[in-house]
Amino acid sequence: MWEYTDKVKDHFFNPRNVGEIENADGIGEVGSLACGDALKLTFKLDENGKIADAKFKTFGCASAIATSSVLTEMIKGMTIDQAAKVTNKDIADYLGGLPEQKMHCSVMGREALEAAIENYRTGGRKKHELEGKVVCTCFGVTENEIERVIRDNDLTTVEDVTNYCKAGGGCGGCKGEIEKIIERLQGDKVKAIAPAVPRKAGKLTNIRKIQLVQQTINEQIRPALRADGGDIELIDVEGNKVIVAFRGMCAQCKMAEFTMRDVVEAKLREFVADDLFVEEDKESAAQPHNHRK
Amino acid sequence: MLEEMKPLFCELYGNPSSMHTFGGQIGRKIRKARQQVAELLGCDPSEIIFTSCGTESDNAAIRGTLAAQPDRRKIITTRVEHPAVLAVCRELENHGYSVVEMAVDKQGRLDLAELEEQIDDETALVTIMYANNETGVVFPIEKIARMVAEKGALFHTDAVQTVGKIALDLSKSRIDLLSLSGHKLHAPKGVGVLYVRKGTRLSPFMLGGHQEAGRRAGTENVPGIVALGKACELAAKNLEEENNKVRYLRDKLENAILESCPGAMLNGDKENRLPNTTNISFEYIEGEAILLMLDKFGVCASSGSACTSGSLEPSHVLRAMGIPFTAAHGSIRFSLSRYNTEEEVDYTIEKMPQIVNKLRELSPFITK
Repeated sequence: MWEYTDKVKDHFFNPRNVGEIENADGIGEVGSLACGDALKLTFKLDENGKIADAKFKTFGCASAIATSSVLTEMIKGMTIDQAAKVTNKDIADYLGGLPEQKMHCSVMGREALEAAIENYRTGGRKKHELEGKVVCTCFGVTENEIERVIRDNDLTTVEDVTNYCKAGGGCGGCKGEIEKIIERLQGDKVKAIAPAVPRKAGKLTNIRKIQLVQQTINEQIRPALRADGGDIELIDVEGNKVIVAFRGMCAQCKMAEFTMRDVVEAKLREFVADDLFVEEDKESAAQPHNHRK
Repeated sequence: MLEEMKPLFCELYGNPSSMHTFGGQIGRKIRKARQQVAELLGCDPSEIIFTSCGTESDNAAIRGTLAAQPDRRKIITTRVEHPAVLAVCRELENHGYSVVEMAVDKQGRLDLAELEEQIDDETALVTIMYANNETGVVFPIEKIARMVAEKGALFHTDAVQTVGKIALDLSKSRIDLLSLSGHKLHAPKGVGVLYVRKGTRLSPFMLGGHQEAGRRAGTENVPGIVALGKACELAAKNLEEENNKVRYLRDKLENAILESCPGAMLNGDKENRLPNTTNISFEYIEGEAILLMLDKFGVCASSGSACTSGSLEPSHVLRAMGIPFTAAHGSIRFSLSRYNTEEEVDYTIEKMPQIVNKLRELSPFITK
C-alpha cells in the first residue's frame, strides 16, 4: 500500500470539480488507456481573463485522481499567464508530496494544463500534440518532455525520469538515450555523484599489467563463472594478448566463446587496458593436469 | 496451530540438530510435521524438504535439477508463472540456458500439443504452475507431468496456490518436484516445502550442515514447520468444505459483481479454476483506485494494475492472456477462504457497484 498524505486521500475520496465544462475556453486531454492514466481538463475564463471554473475527468489511480482534483482548485482565480507557470512540483507540493513512483501523476496534471492553455491560445483550433522526437515508444514520451521533467525537478538518474514521466518504464530500451539526455543537461551534477569509475591505469609496465589482469580475473570474472559451475585460469600474457583456459563447466559449455568475448575480454578492457584481447588456450584445457607449459 | 507453536518459543527452544535429549524432542516434532505434510500430499515423508518459503522452493527446484544435469541446457515454462519461477528462468537465460516460455490463450489455457512438441532431448526441466496466482486458472498438471515423464525430462510444479484447495496424491502422480508455501495454508509466513520424488537428482541449493538430509542446509524454522504440519492436517480435513462452502461464496460474489457492476468481465477459464479465486476486470477504471475504496470499507483485495505494484505495466499474466488495456489496468482479484462469512460477501456485493459507479463518473472514457 502506498503512503499517501491526508491531502491526497481527501482529494481522492472527495474529488472536487469533477466533470466537463460545456463551451469551455480551454480543453486539455493527455494520457491514454494503454498508459494506465488519462486526464481531461476543461476551464472557463471570466471577463477579466482569470480562470473562473475548472473541471476534470480522470482515469487512473488514487494519486492521479487527487492530482487532477487539486489542480482544478489551484488554477481557479489565476490568469492564463500565471497558470502557464504552474509546474508539476507545485502540484505535488500542494498535496504535501507524492510517493516517488507516483510523481508522473503530477506531471500528467501539468501536461493537461499546458494542453488546455495551448488549446485556448490557439482559439480551440489546436489539440495537444507531441512535440519533438519520441524517445520512449512504450509510453509515447518525447525528448522535450523528458528534458522538461529533468529541469523542473532537478533529476539525475534514469529511475527518477521513469518515476516522473514513465519514460523507460516499459521495455526499457530507451534507458541509454535517457541517460544521455540527463548527462547533457545535468552533466556536472551527474559526474559529482557518479559511482566509482573503473580503475584504469595509464601506461602499464608488464608486471603491473599481469598483476591487474590476474586481479580482474579474480575479482570480476571468476565469481560469475563459478556461479555457473565453471572456472577460469590465467595461462600467460604476451604483449596485449591474454591467454586463459576455461575449467569445469565452462570447458564444455557451448557458450564459452560468447563468455570469452563478452565477459572476459570486456571486463579486462574495462579494468585493465582498452587494447587487450583474449585467447583461449585449448591445448591446456584438454590436459587439465599439465596446463603450465 | 498457535497452541502447537507456543511451547516451541518458550520451553522447547532446543536445536533439533543437538545431541542432547532437550534438542532431540524437537526433532520428533519435526518428524511429526513431515508426516503430516506427506499425508496431505500423498507421498513419503522422506520426500519432503522444509524450506523458508515458496520462492525458495522454486529456486531450489529449478537450480538444483539443472545443476544435477549439466548436459541439458533447455528449460520450458509459461509466460504466466509466478516471478519466483519466471525471474529465475530469465536469469538462467543470461547464463547460457535456453528458456521456452509457453503462451496462453484468452482464458489463460496452455496448448498441450505445442508443449509436447517443445520437449526434446536437450530439455532438462519443465516447470509449470499448478494454478495461477492471479486468475486461479488450473492447468492439467497430471496430464502434463505424464507427458514430460514420457519424454524423459523432469517436471516441477509451483503448487503454492493449489495445496489444500485441490486434492493431491503424489504417489500416483508423475510430478517430480512440487513447491508449496505455508501461509497459503493458513500457517505462518516463513515456511515452505519442496517435494522431491525419490530418485530425483537434485543438487542442494543451500550448502552447510546436514539438515533435511543434506538437501537443504540451515537451522530449521521449528515453530513454522510444526505449524505447517498442523495446517496440512487441518487442510486435509477441510478440503471438502473448501470446495463447497468457499466455492459457493466465491460464485455468489462473482456472479453478483458481474451482474451489478457496469463494464465488469471475468478473467480466466471459468471451468478449470481454484474454488477460492476470482479475477474481474472493470473497463475504463483503474484497479488501485478500486482497492483503496474497498480498503476504506474494510475489504481487502488485490489488483493486477500497474499502479499497485509500482511498475508501470499491468500484470504480466493478464497481458499474456491478451486482456485489452481498457480492462487490464482495472483488474481486481478476490481470494476467499473458509474463514470468510456470507455476511462479508454480501457486504462486498453491496459496496462494489457504488465504488465502480463513482470511479466511472470520474473517467473521461465514459460518456453518457
